[in-house]
This record gives sequence, structure tokens and C-alpha cells, in this order.
Amino acid sequence: MTPSPHVPAAAGADASRPGGVEPVLRVEGLSVRFRMAAGRYVEAVTEAAFALAPGESLALVGESGCGKSVLASALLGLLPANAETAGSALLADGLDLLAADERTLARTVRGRRVGLVPQSPAAHLTPVRTVRSQLEETVRELAGTADAGHTTQAGPPPASGGSDRPARRGRRHRLAALRAAAEAAAGRAAFPASHLDRHPHELSGGLAQRAATALALVGDAPLLLADEPTTGLDRDLVLRTADELRAHTRADGRALLLITHDLAAAERIADTVAVMYAGRIVEIAPAGAFFGSPGPRHPYARGLLDALPERAFIPVPGAPPELGALPPGCAFAARCAAADPLCRTRRPALTEGVACHHA
Amino acid sequence: MLELKDITAGYDRRTPAVRGAHLSLRPGESLGLLGPSGCGKSTLARVAALLHRPDRGTVTLDGHAVTGFSHRAPRSLRTAVGVVFQQPRLAADPRLRLRDLVAEPLRATGRRSEAAARVAELAQRVGLGADLLARRPHEVSDGQLQRACLARALVLCPRWLVCDEMTAMLDASTTAALVAVVEDYRAETGAGLLAVGHDPVLLERWCGRTAHWNEIVKDRPPVTDRQHPYGGHVLRP
Repeated sequence: MTPSPHVPAAAGADASRPGGVEPVLRVEGLSVRFRMAAGRYVEAVTEAAFALAPGESLALVGESGCGKSVLASALLGLLPANAETAGSALLADGLDLLAADERTLARTVRGRRVGLVPQSPAAHLTPVRTVRSQLEETVRELAGTADAGHTTQAGPPPASGGSDRPARRGRRHRLAALRAAAEAAAGRAAFPASHLDRHPHELSGGLAQRAATALALVGDAPLLLADEPTTGLDRDLVLRTADELRAHTRADGRALLLITHDLAAAERIADTVAVMYAGRIVEIAPAGAFFGSPGPRHPYARGLLDALPERAFIPVPGAPPELGALPPGCAFAARCAAADPLCRTRRPALTEGVACHHA
Repeated sequence: MLELKDITAGYDRRTPAVRGAHLSLRPGESLGLLGPSGCGKSTLARVAALLHRPDRGTVTLDGHAVTGFSHRAPRSLRTAVGVVFQQPRLAADPRLRLRDLVAEPLRATGRRSEAAARVAELAQRVGLGADLLARRPHEVSDGQLQRACLARALVLCPRWLVCDEMTAMLDASTTAALVAVVEDYRAETGAGLLAVGHDPVLLERWCGRTAHWNEIVKDRPPVTDRQHPYGGHVLRP
């Protein structure tokens, strides 16, 4: 399949993986646990650490329930009240997403510094309003606040008793500018202008995905966070959505954190793959090495790849442990063919990109 | 045999979701039906599972013509087909514990006394621990809930299975595990399978035979753009 026409050759950004450049996001020791009844805790994410450079895409993969989406919610400050966090998640300008208060997050982070491409765009969009109206609202809120608000007050006061023509003209100008900005935003996400006046239920899954992506791009955030953006889509649409996300990342110098259980999408987009198991990152590796040669190093990551129908199509035996009752050693030991007594008693640390005593 | 002849079905007579579809499955055979989203394959799956009455055409199941029913097909025929849907969250009653979810078909058919033993047996088959059986849907992951839904589909030992995008929401490992459960069951019982999906790699690996949507509605123009505004967007970027 061919990438959409607006996709420029994604050179440049990936050729020089900048060494000295400040990362867009640096996550260190991020842990999230939920306080439950009777003093119990569910350890959803434990000591996650990674960094995202401008233009880089990192795919966080793992089974459902492994803590991926909790990590995303933590970065957006959207955790429920019984959550406790530790560690830090620093943006390039030094803001710690975990420490920021709700006002800062709402006014300067969500949509502006971190754009969210949601899971299930059809549910994310407002069903009773057209795509155009939702885009215009977002442009007004994110980009246009300064001019849209000010021109009304700062413009020449209407001649007393005279006609209100200048004010009207100003209003018309603003509406035209808003309309143009919304259309430009749609264009950037390859959303066809002919469909702007449709409601979400009149869109296919692929177009709804692009509408949601367009909304995420409006604020021109340096970091895009995509939570399962391809779940339930056709394989063709998965690949196309992946290509589009990658284009918005590489060509424009944004960073993308892709959270997914879809390994095909991860392979298509990612520069770096991080595998999560039972709340911990157990392997972090360049995508080329992970999906190609020499392949994954952690036995769980190998098992995940072997489960693909393109490969052995053999499931990882057993089931992941409960996050509320994690074993003292390696969380994967109970399902691992290579596990020995050491694995069951001592938890392996993430060293050189893999957390396994045998790697 | 499970045979669908010239099926036209939908939710609104003016714009049927399926027009003139033909499909036949021999006992023990597995057919993977591929098509883009929005082409009508889920509607056809519901017709094959006797859950949706076609507007035109006939469904024949093991020699019985399933026609003329007004609201529901006769139970004796319906229970011969097990169904697994795409979204376990929508398919499972949120108030039932997984144990009761799996046992529900037994209770509904007056076989309550077998329930405990059958549920235990199926839980083991699909890989659900005893602690999970006591939970309700919101306390388990999508993958665990889909395991329970598959167990429920198998609990009456159906001669036919219809899996409508059974694995679309699941990770690779759970996908491979559930497919293995279905194939073990079929190897044991000789049940036939209709698996509907959009992933050719998966269905070719899973099923003995695959067919594209355009092949089963072959006396109709193929699904292309502009037939229906929705289909057009799906098929053409």
C-alpha cells in the first residue's frame, strides 16, 4: 500500500539520531500503584524509564492488562483518585508531568504539549456535532485564544450610534480565519475536506481515526501519545494509520509514544520498542533489531513474537500474574521455560536494555 | 451442512447490509471469511448463527431448512451453533460472574445439574483460573473475558462455531491461545467453523479454506467504492 500523498520522504530526522539534543520526554523511575480496599495495593506500573528524542517513535507493547494504558494516563494526569505515583516524567522544558497540578495540565499540557490520539476515535468524537465544528472548537481553544479573544476588545470601538459594520467585518474575518485553520488542520491529517460536515457516525473507522488525529495535531504538541490507535481496524487501515502517525512524527520532529498490543503496527512505526510485562519494562531495543535480527532477547518478548500468525503461532503458555500479588522474583518465571531458582527468588534489573538473568 | 443461499439481510429493507450471499460449509470444515470493515460480514455471521432472520434467501442447517420463523429460530437448531463475538465487553452481561456467564446456556436449556462440572472443565480448556471464575467482567482483562465468552460458546457442545472477529481486540499471545482452543475442540468433536475477520494472515493460518467477501456474493457486482458512501470510504482512502 502506498503512503498518503502528504507524506514526505521521512529522511532527515532518522538519519541523525541526535545525541546531544534534549529529549522531548524523559521518564525516570515512573511507578503507579492503586490503593485498594483493606490496605492492598495493585502495582500497575513499576519503575518505568525511557527517553524520547525529537522525531523518535517508541512503541510500548505488551498484553492487555500489563499496565500500558495506566502509564499513558499518568503522563496526561488522568489517573483516578486512588492512584499513587512516584518518579518523574520531564518534558523538554523541564515540566514534570507527574508533579504538575491539574490547572497546569489542563491549560498548558493536554492538547498543547502532549497531543492524544485516542483508542476508539468513534467514541472519542462528539456524536452530535460535525467534524468541522469539533475542529473549529479545538482550533479556537488551542491556537486562536489570543487573536480571537483580543480582536473583539482591542479593535476600534464601534462608532457610537453608528453602524456596527467594522465589528461585523472583524467577526467575519475571524470566522473565515477559523474555518481556514480548521481546514488546514484536517488537511494535515489527510482528512478529506469533503467530509468535514459529516457527523462521526457517518465516517468509516479510518476516517474517524484521521479526524481524531487532526484534533490531536491542532495544538502542534511536540509529543504525541497514541493509545491503541489501531485496535479493531482492518489490516490495511492499521498500516495506513501507522504510516500517517509516523509521518507526523519523523517529518515534523515530534516524538510519538505508541501504546499498543498490535505488533504489526509497532513494527511499522517504531524506532524503539519497549516490552512491558506485569507493570515493568522488561526489554527496550531498537525496532530493527527487535523485529529482525538478532531478535528480542527477553523470553517473554520472544514468546510474543512467536505467537504471531506470520511466525510460529504458538501462544505464550500460562497467564500473566495478578498485579496485586506479584511474585518476589521475575514476574515471568512461572511461564518461562528457562526459569531456574534464581529467577524465582531474585528480580532481574533492566541492564543493557533487558531484564533477564539469562539474556 | 451449513448452507446459506442467496441471503439478503440487514436492518433496513431499503439498504440491506448483505445482498445475495452464498456460503456452504461441510461438517468439520473451517472457512475463513475475509472482507473489509463495513462490507456486511458480521451481519452474515449473525445469519449463519441463526441470530438474525434474513429478508430473503434460505439457511439450511444439518438438513433442516431454517425458514419461516418469526422471531427466533427453534432452540434445537440455535443451540447447534456456538457464537463468539468481537467485543467481549458488549457480549457479556456485566452483572454475571464469569462462572455464571459460562453456565448460562446450560441453565437456559434446563441442564443446570451439569453446570459445575462443565464450567470447571471448560475453564481449564480455555485457561481461566478458578479465582477468575468468581469475578465479574469489569474485574478481568479483555483477553480473560474473551476466554470466558469462548467457553460459553462451547458449553453446549455445538456442531458449528461462528467466530466473528473473535481476536480483533486481543494481543498476539491470547489470539494464538484462543485459536488453539477452537482447533482442539474441532479436532475432538468434528465441529465446523465459520471464522469472520479482516486479517488474511491470521485466517489463512487458522482455517482450511478462506474466501473473500467478493467471492461469496459473486453474482453481484463486487464491493467497490461508491456503492454505498460508507463502503466507499472504507475501501478507498
